[in-house]
Amino acid sequence: MVRYIIGRIGYLIVTFFIIAALTFMLMQLLPGSPFNSEKLTNEQIEILKDQYHLNDPIAKQFINYIGGIFKGDLGVSFTYDGRPVTKLISERIGPSAVLGIESTIVGTILGLLLGIIAALRRNTYIDYISMIVAVLGISIPSFVFAGLLQYFVGVKWALLPVAFWEGPLYHVMPVISLAVGVMATIARFMRTEMLEVLGQDYMTTAKAKGLSSVTVVFKHAIRNALIPVITILGPLVIGLVTGTLVIEHIFAVPGLGDQFVDSISKRDYPMIMGTTLLYSALFLIIILVVDLLYGIIDPRIRLASGGKD
Amino acid sequence: MIAAQGREKLLEVKNLKKYFNVGHKEVLKAVDDVSFTIYKGETLGLVGESGCGKSTTGRTIIDLYGATGGQVLYSGKEVHGVKEKSKKKELTRKMQMIFQDPYASLNPRMTVKDIIAEGIDIHGLAKNSKERQARVFELLETVGLNRDHASRYPHEFSGGQRQRIGIARALAVDPDFIIADEPISALDVSIQAQVVNLLQNLQKERGLTYLFIAHDLSMVKHISDRVGVMYLGNMVELSESDELYDEPLHPYTQALLSAIPVPDPNVERSRERIILEGDVPSPIDPPSGCRFRTRCPMAMDVCAQVTPKWQEAKEGHWVACHLHDDEYKHG
Repeated sequence: MVRYIIGRIGYLIVTFFIIAALTFMLMQLLPGSPFNSEKLTNEQIEILKDQYHLNDPIAKQFINYIGGIFKGDLGVSFTYDGRPVTKLISERIGPSAVLGIESTIVGTILGLLLGIIAALRRNTYIDYISMIVAVLGISIPSFVFAGLLQYFVGVKWALLPVAFWEGPLYHVMPVISLAVGVMATIARFMRTEMLEVLGQDYMTTAKAKGLSSVTVVFKHAIRNALIPVITILGPLVIGLVTGTLVIEHIFAVPGLGDQFVDSISKRDYPMIMGTTLLYSALFLIIILVVDLLYGIIDPRIRLASGGKD
Repeated sequence: MIAAQGREKLLEVKNLKKYFNVGHKEVLKAVDDVSFTIYKGETLGLVGESGCGKSTTGRTIIDLYGATGGQVLYSGKEVHGVKEKSKKKELTRKMQMIFQDPYASLNPRMTVKDIIAEGIDIHGLAKNSKERQARVFELLETVGLNRDHASRYPHEFSGGQRQRIGIARALAVDPDFIIADEPISALDVSIQAQVVNLLQNLQKERGLTYLFIAHDLSMVKHISDRVGVMYLGNMVELSESDELYDEPLHPYTQALLSAIPVPDPNVERSRERIILEGDVPSPIDPPSGCRFRTRCPMAMDVCAQVTPKWQEAKEGHWVACHLHDDEYKHG
């Protein structure tokens, strides 16, 4: 198991550097330049480029950049008065992280409840309504949902603030917009898993032991159905992160996503790199954690990957 | 073999019915009006072809399926419709079940120890975790496994070992009556004998009563004191196993028994098999009168009109067939 984890971490680091190299090159291929202001003369632009080492060969720039990463230096932003990227990111990461975590928690809990109830009340109107909600949740993009929420809840009924990030009430609409997708996916998945587990022979065994139906559902059914659901949590959280890019923009949340979109349009190379690397690291770690978690929870996989016991 | 009469009745099944709703207003009569008695300490074998309702009978008896009608009495007490939790618990403790598929019937995400101990826990049979562990070890040894197996998961065992775990699990709550629902049909022949011997030894040691459901006739003969034969949701014949095998009364039983191969080439060459025509009719729309009449080589006119009565043709030998009913015997 330890060898497996070390191996996985090795792959993770390699993947991380491949992503870094690709992003670095692709970014340079973007048309346009960070210094497009009409007020700047060509000479000034050259001076700026020199100052930021943009005239060096790309390979050298990349090596310098990677060297910087090891020192915890992600470079200096081109647009924000030369402030270090690490500082800019750390200032903005708070709201994004809160938004992401809240949406994951809300979406997962609601999704599980919906899925479990639907499975236990299979082929009743409760099941049908749950699944209609789930299909709508998957089909409607989060930004459409966000727009609808803003229009009705925010503007027409004026129940909640339309935008900005100034207190718990401001969290409600962006979190709902993001959580709906998570909820829907998990609900459908959980329902399927529950139905499968409920049909297993060991459910009958559990009943024959004399367990009450509540215990059977909680201890045997839900616990076993949850395991496959964990595998989709990884991709879902990743989807959430990309979702935040748009949702933060719509609700004017001062988060990382908003800043990221901004930095791309301004060709702020160090900002693009820094944020991309942060997101990539996050993805890679989530994938690793989900895989390891799956192994820990499911004894069959644990043994298969860990070799002899 | 001891005569069934005068022995203590452990379980009485009276006119048990279990119907399943399938689709639009269609009813599948899996078990239709089955009555029999199981005496204390005996093994009652239940045979019949696939889909005849033998497993459903077993599961309905211990209330895994709610019965559609009829009564099940355990030591004279009603089993079904018990609302009181403590009484219901007591019944599930006394009646346990061993399942057919040793692969599917154990929760793959629980250790053997937890699978076995779960019953101990809910029925409060161990005072502390030490006693609980000791009981698990003891049970594992009883069924021929060892204590090291306790911390493993079901997938690490072979089919025979898993079935032993299934037996240990059933024994964990100290039951008096065990319904073994085809406990050996998923196992290799060599393992079948081991498991059957284990079941028989346990019966001797603990005075257990079995309802042994199977389709392997020779195995049932080997293990059972009495044997019941089911066809399409009905019990057609029930008697002491030796008598049933020597002198089957119902044409269906005769046909079934004629299918057992004899390990003697001379006998086998001259053996006459009764080959039944056609397939088992659908239990959704069973034939009128006697359900077996469509395939019965001896069917009479009356068989289509009158459902044969379940009656004692000889002492301890029950049968539901017009051929053995005085009223219709002679056509």
